[in-house]
Amino acid sequence: MTDSALSQLLGLAIGTALVCAYVVLWRSRLISIVRAIAVQGAAVAVVALTLGLHEHSVEPVAAAVGVFALKAVIIPMLLARWIRQSEELREVDPLINIPASLLAGGLLTLFVYATARQVANLGSDSASRAVPAAIAIVMLGLLVMTIRRKAVTQVAGFLLLENGIALVAFLTTSGLPLLIELGGALDLLLVVLVLHVLAGRMVSAFGATDLNQLQELRD
Amino acid sequence: MTVPAAVGALIQVTLVIAVAPILTGLMRATRAKLEGRAGPSVVQPWRDIRKLLHKERIKPEYSGWVFLLAPRVLLASGLMVVVLVPLITTATALGGSGDLFAVVYLVLLGTVFLVLAGLDPGTAFGGMGASRAITVAALAEPAFLLAIFALSVRAGSSSLATIVDSVLAEPRSLASPGSLLALAAVSVVVLAESGRLPVDNPSTHLELTMIHESMVLEYAGPDLAVVELASQVRLTIFLGLIANLFAPWGIAVTTHPADLAIGTGVVVAKLALLGVVIATFEVFVAKMRLFRVPELLTAAFILAFLAITMSFFLT
Repeated sequence: MTDSALSQLLGLAIGTALVCAYVVLWRSRLISIVRAIAVQGAAVAVVALTLGLHEHSVEPVAAAVGVFALKAVIIPMLLARWIRQSEELREVDPLINIPASLLAGGLLTLFVYATARQVANLGSDSASRAVPAAIAIVMLGLLVMTIRRKAVTQVAGFLLLENGIALVAFLTTSGLPLLIELGGALDLLLVVLVLHVLAGRMVSAFGATDLNQLQELRD
Repeated sequence: MTVPAAVGALIQVTLVIAVAPILTGLMRATRAKLEGRAGPSVVQPWRDIRKLLHKERIKPEYSGWVFLLAPRVLLASGLMVVVLVPLITTATALGGSGDLFAVVYLVLLGTVFLVLAGLDPGTAFGGMGASRAITVAALAEPAFLLAIFALSVRAGSSSLATIVDSVLAEPRSLASPGSLLALAAVSVVVLAESGRLPVDNPSTHLELTMIHESMVLEYAGPDLAVVELASQVRLTIFLGLIANLFAPWGIAVTTHPADLAIGTGVVVAKLALLGVVIATFEVFVAKMRLFRVPELLTAAFILAFLAITMSFFLT
């Protein structure tokens, strides 16, 4: 593939990842949110793959395979199974309503673009110009974790955050060393599993995974 | 304005008037086929219009001049847009002054008059439909404008002919995230503005779910024929715009008769294809709850917004 085709593919993948972050904000059906997370994981893998092909190095390609397996297949499958078991299909009352949260996400993206322009100007290639989009995904992840109250949407926000950080790493440094990537991936899987167990406990104690229930400490 | 350009514009107007009812008929026939019904013929909308034109004009007792004026303004603004947009040829009569903003506001002019006509007779359903229609229009318009702006950024001009030419010159730019998001946003807006599912149900006769239909409830005879034709023209314009902004191949760039003939054939084929696609899509979706419509249109707004920001940051 030529360089311009690669950079176009890169742009498309990052665009997809950013749109998926907005889909998480937009949809209230939990299963749609999980699907968006899966697509975003695949997009992150495509970014790693593209950069690997561009630089003719093996490490990003190996990372891409790992990212795809973990973020586009394993974690979404775990989350989907969890949703089916807990019988909570919708995010019923987010802290702010959906049009407002979408607009807040838009403002946040604008803010990131305005502040991260320095980072984007560090390099002249299309990878470093796309860094603000990746940082925007991190911010959107934070936003989702702030305004959504279900355990699944909390995990979704955390995954957005993690995907954004991975994208920033790939775009600025062509990926972290493989060992650190592996460590991060394992951490992520553990977080999801621990939250899975925690949510199971919450369902058996309160009948739902609404985080507002967790307000006081007891024995 | 040169003579060949005027001829091109005239052909466009004639073609759109002739094709618009058939397009609606085709969409209804597709839907009927997919639902396993026999369905009416594709020229049924034309027969309806002919029948309505022969009927007597009836005006509600307490309605004023707005009620009589609205169908004419609706159709006239629609046909004005047809002169501006490149459907068959990019060398349209008013190509230079015909930019996307003019198109948006001409369409909005028609909507506003239809809303006023819904309010004018003072019936409950007309008022309800008018309030809903203006809500949808007010939410759809910023999304539409932003999506258009995203397309203009790419071409460096808001003139429709220039945008189409720039896509023809560089087809690869269509695969950029900016263009794809703009396409998604424009599609949502078009579905909302032309009163299709999932925003409005064009075939409903249940008063509580209607938007467009409840505004035109009081119209009868020739006035109803004009309103029907105008909304069919509007749908045709929107589909033609989508087709030519995002897949302009085959459009005539000169006013040579052979090019015009090819352009006409191609645009009819594109309209038919888009009509079948939308009709198929409508079979599979349900009408959205009215209170969820703002969510959909905000999403379209955000998509358009992202389209603009991405055209600066991503190639």
